Amino acid sequence: MLRFLFSKLLLIVPTFIGITIVAFGFVRVLPGDPVLLLAGERGMNPDRYQALLHQFGYDRPIVVQYFDYVWGLLHGDFGISISTKQPVFQEFLNLFPATAELAICAMFLAIIIGIPAGILSAVKRGSIFDQATMGIALTGYSMPIFWWGLLLIILFSGILGWTPVSGRISLFYYFPSVTGFMTIDSLLSGEKGAFTSALSHLILPSIVLATIPLAVIARQTRSAMLEVLGEDYVRTARAKGLSHKRVIGVHALRNAMIPVITTIGLQIGMLMAGAILTETIFSWPGIGKWMIDSISRRDYPVVQGGLVLIAALVMFVNLVVDLLYGLINPRIRHQ
Amino acid sequence: MTNKGKMMKKLKALALATSFFVALGGAASAKTLVYCSEGSPEGFDPAPYTSGTTFDAASRTVFNRLAEFKHGSTEVEPGLAESWDVSDDGLEYTFHLRPGVKFQTTDYFTPTREMNADDVIFSFMRQMDETSPWYQYAPGISWEYFNGMSMPDLIESIEKVDDLTVKFKLTRPEAPMIANLAMDFASIVSKEYADQLAEAGTMEQFNQKPVGTGPFTFVNYQQDAVIRYKANPDYFKGQQAIDNLIFAITTDAAVRRQKLEAGECHIMPYPSPADLEALEANDDLTVMEKEGLNVGYLAYNTKVAPFDNPKVRKALNMAIDKQAILESVFQGAGEVAKNPIPPTMWSYNDAVQDDPYDPEAAKAMLEEEGVTDLSMKIWAMPVQRPYNPNARRMAELMQADLAQIGVDAEVVSYEWGEYLARSSAEDRDGAVLLGWTGDNGDPDNFLAVLLGCDAVGGSNRAQWCYQPFEDLIQKAKVTSDVEERTALYEEAQVVFKEQAPWNTIAHSKVFMPMSTSVEGFVMDPLGYHRFDDVTINE
Repeated sequence: MLRFLFSKLLLIVPTFIGITIVAFGFVRVLPGDPVLLLAGERGMNPDRYQALLHQFGYDRPIVVQYFDYVWGLLHGDFGISISTKQPVFQEFLNLFPATAELAICAMFLAIIIGIPAGILSAVKRGSIFDQATMGIALTGYSMPIFWWGLLLIILFSGILGWTPVSGRISLFYYFPSVTGFMTIDSLLSGEKGAFTSALSHLILPSIVLATIPLAVIARQTRSAMLEVLGEDYVRTARAKGLSHKRVIGVHALRNAMIPVITTIGLQIGMLMAGAILTETIFSWPGIGKWMIDSISRRDYPVVQGGLVLIAALVMFVNLVVDLLYGLINPRIRHQ
Repeated sequence: MTNKGKMMKKLKALALATSFFVALGGAASAKTLVYCSEGSPEGFDPAPYTSGTTFDAASRTVFNRLAEFKHGSTEVEPGLAESWDVSDDGLEYTFHLRPGVKFQTTDYFTPTREMNADDVIFSFMRQMDETSPWYQYAPGISWEYFNGMSMPDLIESIEKVDDLTVKFKLTRPEAPMIANLAMDFASIVSKEYADQLAEAGTMEQFNQKPVGTGPFTFVNYQQDAVIRYKANPDYFKGQQAIDNLIFAITTDAAVRRQKLEAGECHIMPYPSPADLEALEANDDLTVMEKEGLNVGYLAYNTKVAPFDNPKVRKALNMAIDKQAILESVFQGAGEVAKNPIPPTMWSYNDAVQDDPYDPEAAKAMLEEEGVTDLSMKIWAMPVQRPYNPNARRMAELMQADLAQIGVDAEVVSYEWGEYLARSSAEDRDGAVLLGWTGDNGDPDNFLAVLLGCDAVGGSNRAQWCYQPFEDLIQKAKVTSDVEERTALYEEAQVVFKEQAPWNTIAHSKVFMPMSTSVEGFVMDPLGYHRFDDVTINE
């Protein structure tokens, strides 16, 4: 197992180098200049422009800038935002809990609905339930998030008045942040109704963010189950006279879960992408919204630093998934 | 009970619970005004920034200036300075500070003295004295507005005469000086607070936890989510009627609208034009409107043939149906522009006649000038601005109009930063769509910034340096008599129209939907959102 872990860790080094090059190159390939955007329509005279380029260090050769950036990363220095003048890492830490809370809720929803729906579809293959579930999953997968979010807001917040429109908690509640997770902080605050308020604010954004992973998980579970159900050992189990529930729940499910877990791991990356739109619609102060604002401002340090932090996070989750995979399937770790 | 019945019961209970808390939020905060702001402030020290979103959150709530813009007007009135004297040669401005003004007491700072000349000098010197530790008190701090208004060249020195008297010496007379000092970069900050932070080694906090003399005291900022303020009990104009002010940051206009309609906020800026009709039809809301202090224009490159010929420019102007643009692009919310300054600005010359829309005459004029088979580029901005909500659409309408007179126009666009940089180039190919929103209500802020000789290669996108016009605006800049200045600017507008370096397109209107419970909100011509003297009647 240790060797397995070591080989996985070794892969992280080239991945990290690749990510730094992509993050550094990506924002510079985009047309536009953070210094010029500082002045807007007002413009800036060439001397001032040069002075500011120098101040930010953007007048140095690009290779020097890159190594300076990587050197900073290796020393835990993610740079300072051009726009807010705050350390990028500090901003990330401030905003990350909001994204994590939303992503965890969304993933929870996607798993508790997606896996049972996929299993049932496989077991009742070809039935109306199967066709309806897969039809809904395909619709969910194809749904433009922005439109879907707005639709839910108009229906549930605007017309029915059931849920709040946006934000993380009613503005009525004000307590210091301890963990950054609003649901936990609201419980710690002891304020009556705060937890319910935080939870009610989570409902719509979680549904929106969960939609695509849910569809993917349901479809993956269904196809994995179908494959396993056709295997010889399942037939043998049935022939031995085991109950239907036991065959599905123990013999088939455990093996079908291997690709499903991989899919769930990969969906973490998708969640980060989905968070960008979901957070923008629901005014959710997380890292997705932070990245999108920074890209439009060409805030090089935030984009460079933020991308690396997000990529590190996704890599970490994938590593955990790989390890889980190894635990479930001994053949993998011995390969 | 069936499963379906149980589910419905649960859903109803959940709905009741959430609406209870939503309602509770409203009732318990009877004296809390919630503003659904359009974006996050970049920081809370106004001077290093240039964006209105930051100014709304920092300078107009927490700070004051020596002179202030009157509520809802571009006229200037005394602020932290009770009065001022200007020397006859226009080179010395002496400000007499208001006695007894207190800086805000917060949980991170308690002032021990009242505002005085030291604070005023510190507020400006930190932006011009490169040797000051406050010149770059946090990484990346720069003073773009102060520099953009040429203040380092203009101010020779700032001296303390006594505790309540400050003298500014200028290098040249500058008529808009007082208006400049009412701008956001001129907000007066506390030197005592700055010293305290410097001693503690936490200077960067100056940009995160502001201390000013303004109507509201900063309480807390949750990044990208909520800014909280409370009324400043020591405010020199008296405590505000509302106890708390909250900015709920909501970047999407459609979501802002939903929040306003659901009662989650009282006021929202920048509604989507498509939503206006529905917002106006809502009995619980009122939609205020005001002419913005702006102009949208098409700037020809007057250095490149055949656009160096004023008659060609005029002919092109006459080929474009501006009324159709106003209807289609602005949805009628504004008016056709004939001058480079908006009608709400003093010295606007209403006697100027606009070039009529007359494609036939335009075609004949072009032929007269020997211009045939003309092809040109029209640059369309990639962003939405109050002075141009849809530049691409506007450019396409112009393209169709120009085709009518045989001019082949190609629409081009670039990323915003690139657009701003490339459109400044003196050898630029094509006419550029752009616009301007006034900074300080002074005509000089339009005419010199956008059409002056110094701005060629920069914000003068027509690259137009015309001596008779330049003489008029330069004379007006150093004249302190307002009537005399008015006459000069009126004449300058006549010269502008004759020479037609731009096609002046439109001055747009700005809309502000709010709950009917809001009282006392005044729309600001400079585009600020101010909440002093606002109350809620719930």
